[in-house]
Amino acid sequence: MDLRYTDEQIAFRGEVRGWLNANVPKKPLPSFDTAEGFEAHREWERTLAQGNWGMVTWPEDFGGRGCDLLEWLIFEEEYYRAGAPLRVNQNGIFLLGPTLMEYGTEAQKARFIPAMAKGDEIWAQGWSEPNAGSDMAAIRCRAVRDGDDFVITGQKIWSTRAVYADWVFGLFRTDPDSERHHGLSKILVPLDAKGITVRPIPQLNGLPGFAEIFFDEVRVPAFNLLGGEGEGWRIAMATAGFERGLMLRSPARFQQAAKRLVELYRSRSNEVLDPTIEDAVLRCYMDAEAYALSTYHTASLLCAGGSIGPEASCNKIFWSELDLLIHETAMKLLGARAEIEPQTAQEFADLGTWLDGFMFSQSGPIYAGTNEIQRNIIAERMLGMPRK
Amino acid sequence: MDFTFTEDQQMFAEAARSVLTAEVTADRIRERWSTASGLDLSLLQQIQELGLLGMLVPEALGGLGLGQADFVMMGQTCGYVACPEPIAEQVMVTAPLLVDVLDRGLGHGAVQTALDALQGGALVATGHPINPFINFAEQAEWFLLGHGEGLYLLPAAEVTIKPCKSVDPSRRIAEVSFEASDAHCLAKGESGATLWRSTLNRGALSTAAQLVGLAQAMIDQSVRYTTDREQFGRPVGVNQAVKHLLADVAVQIEYAKPVIYRAAYTAAISPTRADLAVSHAKVVAARAALLAARHCIQAHGAMGYTWECDLQIWVKRAWALAREWGDEGFHKNRIHEWLLRPNALLGPDLTFGRGSITDSVAA
Ligand SMILES: Cc1cc2nc3c(=O)[nH]c(=O)nc-3n(C[C@H](O)[C@H](O)[C@H](O)COP(=O)(O)OP(=O)(O)OC[C@H]3O[C@@H](n4cnc5c(N)ncnc54)[C@H](O)[C@@H]3O)c2cc1C
Repeated sequence: MDLRYTDEQIAFRGEVRGWLNANVPKKPLPSFDTAEGFEAHREWERTLAQGNWGMVTWPEDFGGRGCDLLEWLIFEEEYYRAGAPLRVNQNGIFLLGPTLMEYGTEAQKARFIPAMAKGDEIWAQGWSEPNAGSDMAAIRCRAVRDGDDFVITGQKIWSTRAVYADWVFGLFRTDPDSERHHGLSKILVPLDAKGITVRPIPQLNGLPGFAEIFFDEVRVPAFNLLGGEGEGWRIAMATAGFERGLMLRSPARFQQAAKRLVELYRSRSNEVLDPTIEDAVLRCYMDAEAYALSTYHTASLLCAGGSIGPEASCNKIFWSELDLLIHETAMKLLGARAEIEPQTAQEFADLGTWLDGFMFSQSGPIYAGTNEIQRNIIAERMLGMPRK
Repeated sequence: MDFTFTEDQQMFAEAARSVLTAEVTADRIRERWSTASGLDLSLLQQIQELGLLGMLVPEALGGLGLGQADFVMMGQTCGYVACPEPIAEQVMVTAPLLVDVLDRGLGHGAVQTALDALQGGALVATGHPINPFINFAEQAEWFLLGHGEGLYLLPAAEVTIKPCKSVDPSRRIAEVSFEASDAHCLAKGESGATLWRSTLNRGALSTAAQLVGLAQAMIDQSVRYTTDREQFGRPVGVNQAVKHLLADVAVQIEYAKPVIYRAAYTAAISPTRADLAVSHAKVVAARAALLAARHCIQAHGAMGYTWECDLQIWVKRAWALAREWGDEGFHKNRIHEWLLRPNALLGPDLTFGRGSITDSVAA
C-alpha cells in the first residue's frame, strides 16, 4: 500500500485544475431538464471535448487522454471542486461508452464514440417499460429482424433526458418466442427516427426530466445492434457490474456536497438546532470519505487487473442513502425556510440549490435498481442467503 | 380517567370528515394550482355554513363553544385530505387568539369585527414570529402580526406582502411586513408574550394533527398502489421489504396520535405543561410524516417521483408543515429545557401532570 499520489498524478491534477479554472462557466447553467438548459449543457460538453476532457479514460483517438481509473477519480475531484456543470452526456460517456469499447465493432466505435465525445449526440437509456421496472427481464418491446433492419414496436418509460436527447440505447426483445432474460438484444436507436413518439414526463419538481418513448414500427439498421443478437442481458449485466457500478456516481460529488453541508452547519451553529444535526453532519462527512476510499480501493484493484464482484451492489445503497442524509440534514438546517423554491438572487444566496438536490435525492434509492432490489442481491449473491 | 373520545366528539369528527373527504379530492386540489387565489371558496363557504369556523369560539360570541380536543380529529382530517384552505389555522389558531384578546379586554372594536369576519368565512391570518411566512396572505382580510412581544391587528390594506414560491403548489406563502404603531397594538410586553406563546402551542398542535393525517393518507395510497402494481408476476406489496417500509410508518403514526391527543387536552387546562406536551406532539408527528413521505415515494418506485402521481400533494405538504410552527430544533429544545429543569416533574406517576397526585399521596 502506498497512499501517495505520483508526481505524474499531481501534475495531472494541476493541469485539470488550471483548465477548469479558466473554462468553467461563472454563472450556473439553467437546468438541463429545460430546452434552453439542455443546449447550454451540450455547449459545455463541446467545450470539454475541445480540451480533450470529455472522457479522460478514452484513448486519444476517441477524444480522450488514455487515463487510468485513478486519474479519472482525480479528474472528478477537480470537476466537482470547481463546481462545473452536471454532465448531460453521462449516459453516453459513463454507461454506453464503456460498453461500446468492450463489445462494439471498430466501425461502431468510429461511428458513435467521437459524436458522443463532442456532445453532438446525447444519449438516453431505454431499459424500463411500464411492466418491466424492478423486473427488467419482463421486457416486451420487440425488435424484429427484417433483412438488414430491425423493426421496433413497443414502449419504454422513465427514460432520463429522452425529451431532448438524440439517441436511445436499450434492451429489446429480438426473439419473439423467448422468455425472461433470453432473446434480448442491445440496440441503438436515433430518437428522430420515423415512428417514434416521445412523451415528456414531469418529475417531482415539475420539469420533464424523463419521458415515455413509443415505438411504432421503427426501422433501424442491423448495424445498430451492439454485441450479438440475444446477448443483450449478458452485456447489460457485465457493464452493470463493472464501470457502471463505479462510474455512475463519482465520490467527489458527495464529498463536495458534504463539504457544503459543513459550511451550512457552521453558518447556523449559533442557532438552536435539532441535536441530531450534529451527528448527521459528522456522519455525512465520514460516509462521503468512506465512499471515496472504497472507490479508490476498487479502482486500484481494477488498475492492477482485478475485477469487481457482487460487493458492487453495496455502493448504490451507500451513496444513495448518503445523498438522502446530506440533503435531509440541509433541509433541517434551513428550518422553516427550507420549503422555498428560490426565485430571486437573494433567495438563491440564502438557500442555494438544497431543495432541488433534496428532491432529486428522493429518486436515488429508486433508479439504477431500487435499494430493495440491491439489498436482495447483497443478501442472496454476496451473503449467500436462501432465495426461497 | 378515560382516554377515549366521547360519542359526541366522534360524531362531530365524522361529520367534518364526510364533508372534507367528499369536497377535497386530488383532482380538485390540482385545479386550485392554476387559479389566482389557490382557494376553493365554495368549500370555505360550506365549512362556514356548518359553523365549523367558530368551533372554538364561545357560544356567547357566536361560536360552537367547543375545545381543542374536539378539534383534533378534524385537524387530522384536514391533513388526510391535504386540504389547501387554511381551515385548521382559522379554527384552531386565529379564532382562539382573537377570543383570548377579547377575554382579556384588550384591544379595540376591530377585534370583534375581525372575529365576526372570520366566522363569516373571511380569512384572518396569524403571523406568528416563529413562522417566516403566512399562507394565503394575499387572500386575508385581517392580519394578527407580531413585533417583538407585541401583538397587532391590521386590515389587509395596511400590510406589505411579498409572495414566495413554496415547494408545495397548494401553498401560497408570503412574507408580510408592517409598521408597528400603537394604533394597531392589542397587547405588549408580558401580556403579548403570553398570547403569542399559547398561539404557538395551538399552531404547533394543529400542525401536528395535520401531519399524522398526511402520514396516514400517504400510507393508504401506498397500500393501494403496492397491491395493484405487479412485478415478477405478483403484487410488489408481497415483498417484505415493501411491507416493512409502510409498517415502519404505521408504527410511528400509532405512537404519535395519543401524544397529540394528550397535548390537545393538556394545552387547554394546563398552560405550564402545554409546552412539553405540544412540543412532543409536534416532534413525533413531523417525524412520522417525513418518514411517510420518504417511504411512500420509495414504495411507488419511479411513479412516486412524478408530478402526475397524486402522492406528491401529500409529500410536499408534509415537507412544508414539518417545520412550520417550530422546527425540530425549536421543539426538541423546549423538551430538553423541561427535562433538565432542577425540579422537573418527571416519572411514571406524572404522565398527566400533577393532577394525578393528591397532597396525601404526595406526602
Ligand atoms: C429519476 C429516475 C430516472 C430514471 N431513469 C431511467 C432511465 O434513464 N432509463 C430507464 O430505463 N429507467 C429509468 N428509471 C427507471 C428505474 O430503473 C425504475 O424506476 C426502477 O427499476 C424501479 O422500477 P419501477 O419504478 O417500475 O418500480 P417497481 O418495480 O414497480 O417497484 C415498486 C416498489 O416495489 C419494490 N419491489 C419491486 N420488486 C421487489 C422485490 N422483488 N423485492 C423487494 N422489493 C421490490 C421496489 O423496490 C419499489 O419500492 C429511472 C427512474 C427514476 C426514478
